[in-house]
Order: sequence, then structure tokens, then C-alpha cells
Amino acid sequence: MTRQKRSRHRLKRTVAPYLYLSPSLVIIGLLMLLPMVTVISYSFQNSAVLRRDPSFAGLKHYQAIFADPVFWASLWHTLYFTCMSVVFHMTIGMIFALMLNSDRINPTLRNILRVLYILPWLFTAVIIAVIWRLLLEPNGVVNSILMQLGLIGSKIEWFSSPETALHAVTFANIWAGYPLFMVSLLAGLQGIPKDFYEAADIDGAKAYQKLIFITIPQLMPIIISISLLDFIWTMQVFPLIWITTGGGPIYSTEVLSTYTYKLAFSSYNLSQASASAVVILLISLGLTLFYIRYQKAR
Amino acid sequence: MTFRIKPAMLKMAAAAWLLGATSAMADTTLEFAQWWEPELPAGSLRKIMDEFEAANPGIKVTLVSGPYAATRDQISVGAATGTLSDVVGLDGAWVNNLNAQNALADMNPMMDASKFDKAQVADIIKVDGKAVMFPVASFVYPVFVNLDLAAQAGVTKLPSTRAEFLEAAKKMTHADKNQYGWVLPLSLQSPSGVQNDMMSWVWASGQSMMADGKPALEGKPVVDMLTFVKSLNDAGTISPGIATKTEQEKVEEFVNDRVGMMIDSLAHVNLIRKRNPKLNFDLIPVPVVEGYTGKRGLPYASWGIGISAGSKHQEEAWKLVQYLMSEKVNAKLVSLANAFPGNVNAKPDFVTSDKAFGKAFEIFKTGYLANEFTGLPVAEDLMTQFDVEAQKMLAGEQSPEQAAANAQKGWTAKF
Repeated sequence: MTRQKRSRHRLKRTVAPYLYLSPSLVIIGLLMLLPMVTVISYSFQNSAVLRRDPSFAGLKHYQAIFADPVFWASLWHTLYFTCMSVVFHMTIGMIFALMLNSDRINPTLRNILRVLYILPWLFTAVIIAVIWRLLLEPNGVVNSILMQLGLIGSKIEWFSSPETALHAVTFANIWAGYPLFMVSLLAGLQGIPKDFYEAADIDGAKAYQKLIFITIPQLMPIIISISLLDFIWTMQVFPLIWITTGGGPIYSTEVLSTYTYKLAFSSYNLSQASASAVVILLISLGLTLFYIRYQKAR
Repeated sequence: MTFRIKPAMLKMAAAAWLLGATSAMADTTLEFAQWWEPELPAGSLRKIMDEFEAANPGIKVTLVSGPYAATRDQISVGAATGTLSDVVGLDGAWVNNLNAQNALADMNPMMDASKFDKAQVADIIKVDGKAVMFPVASFVYPVFVNLDLAAQAGVTKLPSTRAEFLEAAKKMTHADKNQYGWVLPLSLQSPSGVQNDMMSWVWASGQSMMADGKPALEGKPVVDMLTFVKSLNDAGTISPGIATKTEQEKVEEFVNDRVGMMIDSLAHVNLIRKRNPKLNFDLIPVPVVEGYTGKRGLPYASWGIGISAGSKHQEEAWKLVQYLMSEKVNAKLVSLANAFPGNVNAKPDFVTSDKAFGKAFEIFKTGYLANEFTGLPVAEDLMTQFDVEAQKMLAGEQSPEQAAANAQKGWTAKF
């Protein structure tokens, strides 16, 4: 083989993997990178999208949203909504997974519970929002039951009162999201070797000790992975909040997603909306990097 | 087997191609973007377009139809990118923004050139002196009264003034039976309740929320309206859940005998009848302040129409606009939509065949169309800001004067 042929062959071998990857790279570039770069560029323009010749705005739009008290309220509400949702998704998911994995429950009952517990996962966000709006409306079923039980003296406007709205919408999201944890943890529980529990029984370990020293450590990789993913997804929840409260009453359930939407489609301030979207992107990116690092470390 | 093309066949094919090509060249295709088609009986708007095409040989119309919100977004983006359809369906709340983008054509020169009779149209929406929109069909917002609830409450005379309305609402309210006098939807998801259910009280009395083209929310008309709404709330006459209630929920509550009175679009009459055929209701104009005897402003939402400034077929587009605004066609269109006409001479057929619509048409004829949000910059944003301040007032966080002052501050920044 001549030197020229050999070098051509080497070039082919070097280029070939990139050629195989090129369709994916093009799709990622068009569907992910291009929109992201476009939104980032809009955040540095005046009258982005609305003018054909937008001027450079520098950091003006970032300064404007950081100076807006509603933005900070939205950030706080987003963190509250997300943290509470993730903690309760995990807790409820764990309890139900342990219940479904337990041999002490009748298999038929266990199968029925398995179907019932997974139901919230089958509904779309719009349906969930409508269900909870009907249940929690002032003349709804929840108030009626609580009043009959004597737990409340008058009707509570769960979604319409600034004091209760954020808790109510968080509750609806917790109800909607725990099945992901339940299913993942149930799969993890079924993968824990029985030997561990038998050895613990021989050592005289109690049920809570087995939970703390065997079950939870064994499930920890799943718990951390799913929690991080849930954190990223919950931070971006929009339809549930939009349909139940629209970010109100006043600004009590305004989160970053509704704040951004209103900037874009109510105020038509697409430059500031882009700046707000970039902030959400950066927070999500930070969490994603943390997730990737965790996955690599494993 | 050989296949020989005879010269005669070739000539025929060439002639046919030429004929097709010339007719294609002669045809102008107009794009008409709107949200009306899905809201009208299936095929009815297309039929009107077919009739227009038959009356105007050489002009074809392609309907670009979608739901309201999707059309709004499409028009915003089209205005920015220069791809706006030749003819566009418009909401009055959009025109200021679109005009700021120089996206809408001034129809004044077209009206002058074609000697268009301006007196025949109910309204011409102007921004910076440019005629940018005609309301083609108007959906007015009278007060719907549940006559059975009113009779049970001893309300014999339907309210004509605010004081009478408050009294009637108090009488109709029985919170223990989940029954209330009035319903106020102030969901931030769609803040149109500010326009339809709050500002309508101001306009009904011939008053204004503006002064010299600028917001005047701290003036007596708006503060009095807020004080009145607060008094209704303090008296417990408004159905609970105000801050998240939507227009659809408002209608549902009325349909289910849970509220005695609501301000709503006439377009919902058939829906209400369908949902509860036994519901006994009547329509009245929005009550006015004590002592007011002038013409009543009637809140309305409209299907507007305009022409793209970038259209290459403005002459043909103007023909379509004229056609839709003409007496007979306008009457046909609004009859299909259960709306009131944009042409003052047009008389929709339902006003003679239906008692409720007939009554509403009388209210329409004795009053005037009033919607000051039409043509304002970022109208929906202004409503949202006012909505938030009204919610704070109803939550007891501020007085009507403070709510008006805070809303004024927010609005002024947008002008």
C-alpha cells in the first residue's frame, strides 16, 4: 500500500464516525442549539421579534427583570413549589412502593392498589388542573366534606385566596407526580437481594432499622437520580398553574414559567421574556450539570 | 411499439398550458387570516368567500384559520417577520401593537379612492389618524337576569341604576344555598373580566377611563366603579372564587341557577339555552349611576378586519373588506355568528325571530358601542395590571382609591 493510500485510509477512518454522527448532530443543532441560541440573542436585543431591525440592548433586560419584585416573588414561589413537590413525591412514592412490595398485603388487594396508585400518572396536566379546580372550588367536594366533619367553619377559597393558593396548587402537583417515584422505587425494591433482610433478621434487626440501614441505602442512587430529574421538570411546570390560578390571586402563585409567559404573550415584551427564559435555562443547566456529574461519579 | 406525438396534439397541449398559465397569472390569491371560521357553522365562511370570488373574477381567497389565541400569536409573528396575510382578522386590543410595527395599512386612501360611504359602518378604529380596523361583527355585553331567582327574591323591577342593582343582588343572595346575586370573573389567566365586568359599569354611564388619550383611573368614574364593586363584595353578593374565576365558569354558574345576574356576551345566549333549556332569563342594559339619563355605552368585543401594510394586493384586499362590510353580506355573516352588524344598515335575521336577541338589538340601537381598550397599547397587560389591583382591593389590602392610583401608575408607564 502506498503512503498516499495509507493516509487516505487513515483520513477515512477518522472522518467515518463523524459522518455516522452527523444526522444526530444536525438534528440536535436545529432542534436544540438553534432555538436556545436564538432566545439568548433575543435577550440582548431591544424589541426582539417585534421589530425587523432590533438594536443591541446589552444587559438592560436582565437588569429590568432583576429589579422587578414580581420576578423575585416568582423565583421564591418556584423554589417552594419545586422543593415541596419533590420532597412529598419522594415520601409518598416511597410509602406506596413499600406498601406494594410488602408480602403482608393480600396479592389481590396489592394489584388493585397498584392500579389505583398509578392513576394520577395517566391524566394530562390539563385534566389534573380541571379535577382539582372542581374539587377545591368554594362549593366543591373538599369544602363540603371538611365542613361536614367540622374541620372548617366556613368555605375556603383554596385557589382564590392568597393565603392558600400556593399550597393548593403545590398539593395538586404532588398528587399528580408521586407515581414516578413510586414506580421507580418499586423497581429498585424488587432488585434488593432478600439475603440482606434475612441476615438482618438473624441479627435481630427491627423493621425501621432494616429500612434505614438496608432499604434506603440500596435505593439511594435511584432516589438521587429521580429527585434531580423531578426537580428539573417541576421547576418548569406551566399548564397546571396556568389553568388552576393563572399565577394569581394577586401574584401569590406566580412562578418563573407563568411570569415569562405573561411577559411574552400579555405584555409582548419578548426581549424581557427571553431574559427570564435564559435565567430558567441557567438554573436548569446548573441542576443538569450536577445530575451529569453524579451519574459520572457512579 | 413506437409512440409518435402528432403536431396537432402538441399544439393543443401547448394551448391548454398557455390558457392555464395565463388564467393562473390573472388570478390574485388573497390570504385571509382569522379565528372566525372555527367559530362559525362549518363551511359558512368558505361559502361567503366563494360568493366573493364569483362576484370578483380573478381574485381567490385562501382562508388561514385557527383558534383565537393561535391566530393572535401568528399575526404578531407575521407582523414582525413581514409575512402577515393580506387581510387579517383583528381584535381591537391588538391594533396598537400592530400599528407600532407598521404592519397595518391605512384604509383612509382606499376609502377615498373608492368613494366608500363611511356613514354605513358602525365604527372605524383609528390609531395615529390611520384607519386600521373596521368592526365586522360585534358581540355586546348586556346584563343577563335569572327571572325565577329574581321573582323568588321579590325583585319585581329589574335594576336600572347601580343602587337598584346592589339591592337586587342582596335580595338574590342566599349563601347557605350557594346562591349569589352577581358573579365577577377576575382570573389572571384571561383578564378580560376587567373590560367586560368592571369597566362596562363606567362606559354604561357615558363615562370614561381615559382623558385626552391618557389613562385617568384616579378620576371619579373609575374610583366610583371600584367603590361600587367593593360594596357588592362587602355585602357578600358576589359568588366566591373571584380571583380565579374564568368567563366559562361565570356562564356555568348562571346556567346552574347559582347566580342571579351576570354581564355576559350575547354570543352565549344559545349556549345558555342549550345547557339549561328551562332557564328563564331576560336581558337588560348595564345599570347606570343615579341620575344619568344619557345614551348608554354598551361594552362589546368585536371581530375586526384590517389590511396588511406589506400586502402586494391591497386593492384586491380592500375589495374583500368592502364586500364583508356591505349591507347584505354583513347581515348574513353576523346572522351566522349571532353578532351585531358592523354595517349600520344591516339587520341580522335573528333579531326578528328571537325575542332575547330582539331585546338586545333594541338595547344596541338605543346605546352606543363602547370599549376603550380597543387601540390601547398592550391592552391585555393593562387589564392584568388593573386586575391585580382590583384583587388586592377585594382582598382588603387596599382601598378603591389606592387600587386606582396603583393601576394608574402601572398604566402610565405603558403609554
